[in-house]
Amino acid sequence: VEILDAKTREKLCFLDKVEPQATIAEIKNLFTKTQGRSLKDEDVLQKLPVGTTATLYFRDLGAQISWVTVFLTEYAGPLFIYLLFYFRVPFIYGHKYDFTSSRHSVVHLACICHSFHYVKRLLETLFVHRFSHGTMPLRNIFKNCTYYWGFAAWMAYYINHPLYTPPTYGAQQVKLALAIFVICQLGNFSIHMALRDLRPAGSKTRKIPYPTKNPFTWLFLLVSCPNYTYEVGSWIGFAIMTQCLPVALFSLVGFTQMTIWAKGKHRSYLKEFRDYPPLRMPIVPFLL
Amino acid sequence: MGRWTEAATAARSAGPPATPLPLSATSLGCGATMASSEEDGTNGGASEASEEKEATGRRRRLGFLATAWLTFYNIAMTAGWLVLAIAMVRFYMEKGTHRGLYKSIQKTLKFFQTFALLEIVHCLIGIVPTSVLVTGVQVSSRIFMVWLVTHSIKPVQNEESVVLFLVSWTVTEITRYSFYTFSLLDHLPYFIKWARYNFFIILYPVGVAGELLTIYAALPYVKKTGMFSIRLPNKYNVSFDYYYFLLITMASYIPLFPQLYFHMLRQRRKVLHGEVIIEKDD
Repeated sequence: VEILDAKTREKLCFLDKVEPQATIAEIKNLFTKTQGRSLKDEDVLQKLPVGTTATLYFRDLGAQISWVTVFLTEYAGPLFIYLLFYFRVPFIYGHKYDFTSSRHSVVHLACICHSFHYVKRLLETLFVHRFSHGTMPLRNIFKNCTYYWGFAAWMAYYINHPLYTPPTYGAQQVKLALAIFVICQLGNFSIHMALRDLRPAGSKTRKIPYPTKNPFTWLFLLVSCPNYTYEVGSWIGFAIMTQCLPVALFSLVGFTQMTIWAKGKHRSYLKEFRDYPPLRMPIVPFLL
Repeated sequence: MGRWTEAATAARSAGPPATPLPLSATSLGCGATMASSEEDGTNGGASEASEEKEATGRRRRLGFLATAWLTFYNIAMTAGWLVLAIAMVRFYMEKGTHRGLYKSIQKTLKFFQTFALLEIVHCLIGIVPTSVLVTGVQVSSRIFMVWLVTHSIKPVQNEESVVLFLVSWTVTEITRYSFYTFSLLDHLPYFIKWARYNFFIILYPVGVAGELLTIYAALPYVKKTGMFSIRLPNKYNVSFDYYYFLLITMASYIPLFPQLYFHMLRQRRKVLHGEVIIEKDD
């Protein structure tokens, strides 16, 4: 059976020894099965399910950029941009406010938290994370940086504004929010370390993550991606601390995106491992 | 299991998924304005080039209830926009002016244009094969024009530009919904298909012009009254300036309109000229 591309008339593949009783559905299956399975760099030719000749399909992924580069760029931006607003660099607010400092303590605290968050991310990118894929499409760096840098500028503008209004419930609210933020940052870091320890250096194996002695990792009992859970928690904490609507919106958008990722990850865990713990939800315990 | 022999390798560019703009869409409808342009197959269960064939194919997969509902929906919308068209013509014949025209038809317009929100639901539940995002953007821009501009900014209601986009929308929608209706009923007259893929050439730029001119006319009033805007300081530390929002909206037409327009031109070539070739072979 010879299969040609309908548009270009190119010979796509040649199926040998097809049963006369085979249905079109089965032929389609044979064709798409080899088309669809993308091979890993580590695969050995001999071990692949081919006969004495093998047909490899080449797909051009377009311009690529390394994950590390993207992460470093997209995280360095917010760190730097927020500080521009914090120090009230000229041309952002009125000239009489240039290089002045806010009289609200929460504004200083917020700067510390925001900066800490992104410094942590940068350090994790350099020293903690182990990436499955080396690269991603080049277009992503523009998309991602617009998102991170844009939102950072938007929230920094209001938090550091001369007309900023501190939280309604004052110091109590800020303390509670700070506690949530710190706990979630510690949690997020613990999960990153736990995931790193799952995978030896240079390897790309995948294993089911389990709780360790660190209490922050016990969230693995209930959730597949507790790193995302803690990340959303941190931003909720930051939103309560600053009582700033753009921060809340940023948290919401981030939560939506992380839920999509968590569901995908959860699904691939379920597909890959028969004995995956049934109690776990993707991102929110018991709910989502 | 068959043995595989060497074949031509297909080197395709597989970058990130397509952007949400209707570039990845199949043929767009006779969208006269940016607001009204949409993908083929929207809300009528009809799809692209081999429309009649695929329409039947699609309907076989659509349940009876879905087909019945979509048929009713498209008939109702065709009727609604026809009523609007007739009301507009009658008003102009009686009064001889466009002043007061918007006011006389506004209830009907708001009803039927808002009802079109259902088209997003149709995509969500899958009875129409279009992307939710594309339909959402298109319906939202219509809702924006009707509710956030002409309804809320009363001084612009008597502008000529309002008539411009109203006429363009009306003709577009009547063509579009009747196209879907006939497709669903499996009896699509060629002239409807012709209308759908040709009217937009004029109506689309005309409609866009009408919309832009209307927004432009609204700007002074918005700036003066500060409507829909939040200023600092406030409890939630946020601000919004409707005036700048409108400016940004107007600017967004610049990248979006050409893309949609040229996409529809391409679809037109594919659908109408593709058909001609088939007839030749016969």
